[in-house]
Amino acid sequence: MILYIKLAWRNVWRSKKRTWITASSIAFSVFFACLMQSSQLGSYDNMIDNSARFFTGHLGIHQVDFWEDQIIDNSFDQQELIQLDLSNSDILIGVPRLSSFALASYGDKTKGAALFGVSLPLEAEFSYLKRKLIEGDYNNKGGVLMAEGLAANLNLRVGDTLVLMGQGYHGVNAAGKYPVSGILKFPIPTLNQGAIYLPLETLQEFLSAPNMISSYSILLKDSQDTELMRSHMETILKDKELGLMTWQEMLPDLVSSIELDYYGGWVILIILYVVIGFGIFGTFLMMIKERTYELGILNAIGMNKYRIQAMVAIEIFLLIFLGVLMGLLMATPIILYFWSNPILLSGDAALAMEKFGYEPIIPFALNFKIFYNQGISIFVIALFLAIYPMLAIKQLKIIKALNE
Amino acid sequence: MKVIELKSLSKIYNPDTIPVRAINDVSLSVEEGEFTAIVGPSGCGKTTLLNMIGGLDARSEGSVEVGGVSIQDMSESQLTTFRMQHIGFVFQAYNLIPVLTAKENIEFIMVLQNMDAKTMQERSDDLLDRMGIKDQRDRRPSELSGGQQQRVAVARALASRPKFVLADEPTANLDSGSTEALLDIMAKLNEEENITFIFSTHDQRVIDRAKRVITLEDGVIVSDEHR
Ligand SMILES: Nc1ncnc2c1ncn2[C@@H]1O[C@H](COP(=O)(O)OP(=O)(O)OP(=O)(O)O)[C@@H](O)[C@H]1O
Ligand SMILES: [Mg+2]
Repeated sequence: MILYIKLAWRNVWRSKKRTWITASSIAFSVFFACLMQSSQLGSYDNMIDNSARFFTGHLGIHQVDFWEDQIIDNSFDQQELIQLDLSNSDILIGVPRLSSFALASYGDKTKGAALFGVSLPLEAEFSYLKRKLIEGDYNNKGGVLMAEGLAANLNLRVGDTLVLMGQGYHGVNAAGKYPVSGILKFPIPTLNQGAIYLPLETLQEFLSAPNMISSYSILLKDSQDTELMRSHMETILKDKELGLMTWQEMLPDLVSSIELDYYGGWVILIILYVVIGFGIFGTFLMMIKERTYELGILNAIGMNKYRIQAMVAIEIFLLIFLGVLMGLLMATPIILYFWSNPILLSGDAALAMEKFGYEPIIPFALNFKIFYNQGISIFVIALFLAIYPMLAIKQLKIIKALNE
Repeated sequence: MKVIELKSLSKIYNPDTIPVRAINDVSLSVEEGEFTAIVGPSGCGKTTLLNMIGGLDARSEGSVEVGGVSIQDMSESQLTTFRMQHIGFVFQAYNLIPVLTAKENIEFIMVLQNMDAKTMQERSDDLLDRMGIKDQRDRRPSELSGGQQQRVAVARALASRPKFVLADEPTANLDSGSTEALLDIMAKLNEEENITFIFSTHDQRVIDRAKRVITLEDGVIVSDEHR
């Protein structure tokens, strides 16, 4: 065995240039593939996190009809949840939310607005709402927090008084005056142009819906654990008129666009791998062709073909391993860097991202799966391509080889 | 003791298209300790004959026995193992594995034979010594002269303690000095250790050193002379 490894190792370095070129092309494709997948998975994580934190949670508990018809009448009494023990080590945090629509007026201007009744202290952790505050006071009792775009449209500043008008629980009229205690700036345009955050009790009072909430949103430690948690939660909720939904169910568009993007990425990688594969194949071809005479001698003096195959297989393995290792070594520090310092987009790219409702950053994921995926892919390709040299050795004819 | 026994051996190339009878009904036996040259004009069938004796090429008709064992019905891998255990080969040129040193080349077959490290070490040192290439032991083939390379090849052929050594024009690529030196070593091994050599050649000086000369013409033995 030591002899094979020695032989294979020296054979690999026989044509240094070719070995470096082949290994570098493998390294490049692994490098490129890792970076691409890392940024893909990173932005998926980021999109899921954004959406879950601001809108749905990883899991949402609603009155059974709410998701179909998101009106105030389909809300439920939060007392129902308080009796339940929702604690679980996989749950990070849960928040009650009440949402509705109303007309917001200031002076002679009126705009439609989305009202969110939330627990401000909990929301500071859940959706990092406090970080969006650019002016005023986050925890001012009785006041409301307005999105910057909406405030600008209404010509309204901190300290001004906002008039809200709408429909409350079971059709009652809802109207109220609220001082604006803070301005929030959201990267997501729909929020920035229309969101008003009120303390939960304030909104419940405005809508004449004491104790009612439209959703209880839960954040998990791992966004992918939703199915696991579903069974746990459903046994707890079984006697209630409450339904549980996962973010995948609540955000089907996000799920499908992630899938589309992910498989689209794989298509690019497969094209890349095919191109690289041709290069690898060329090297394998040469490894056999230019050594036919030598392999003939080995066979003639008594080296069995399976042993010759083993020797060449080790050469192939060493070559591929070198390339994959180089690729991973190049990719790791860069992924690590961008994982802790996501790329901040600016200019048109940033605007485009914001238009689609996402933060204008390219985060990178640090996930073992990425390295594993690429390493395995290259090895599978190499394994497939190695069929040729193995067959060529099997079909080697000594006499023909010796006449080369 | 007979080491080789050929009975009515023939080789027909391209039997389906334009058949060439490269060896035609050759019967021959070789005893242990012979120093035999196969000679004849180019194309007379020397290489073809040696290849069949060495189990490198299949016969078309007749039989080949090596050390009393009939080899023509062996499978390819049985035959490879048989060659490894019983036959030493020296080819015209580029015999050696380019990435191994002289010593490693000699030890190669012994590794294939799973010989223990100590025996292998002793044997390769001994062979290097006897071939007069001790100082070149750690050089790769590309750093050796043609004559030195052929001596390493003979050492490698002997390393496995074969029944005989087959050498197809071993001196064809050597100058006269190296040819002499190689033949001296082969003759000495033959005389002192009774090692059987069968080699083909064109070279009259080589023919003169042989103890038996078999002349082929058009695949047929036309003379078989013991001296
Ligand atoms: N693979 C082959 N296919 C067809 N004919 C062949 C093949 N190999 C050899 N021959 C023919 O068989 C005959 C014997 O060839 P061989 O190589 O054995 O001769 P040789 O005596 O070794 O010649 P040389 O002295 O030139 O090496 C020649 O006529 C040759 O053309
Ligand atoms: Mg010949």
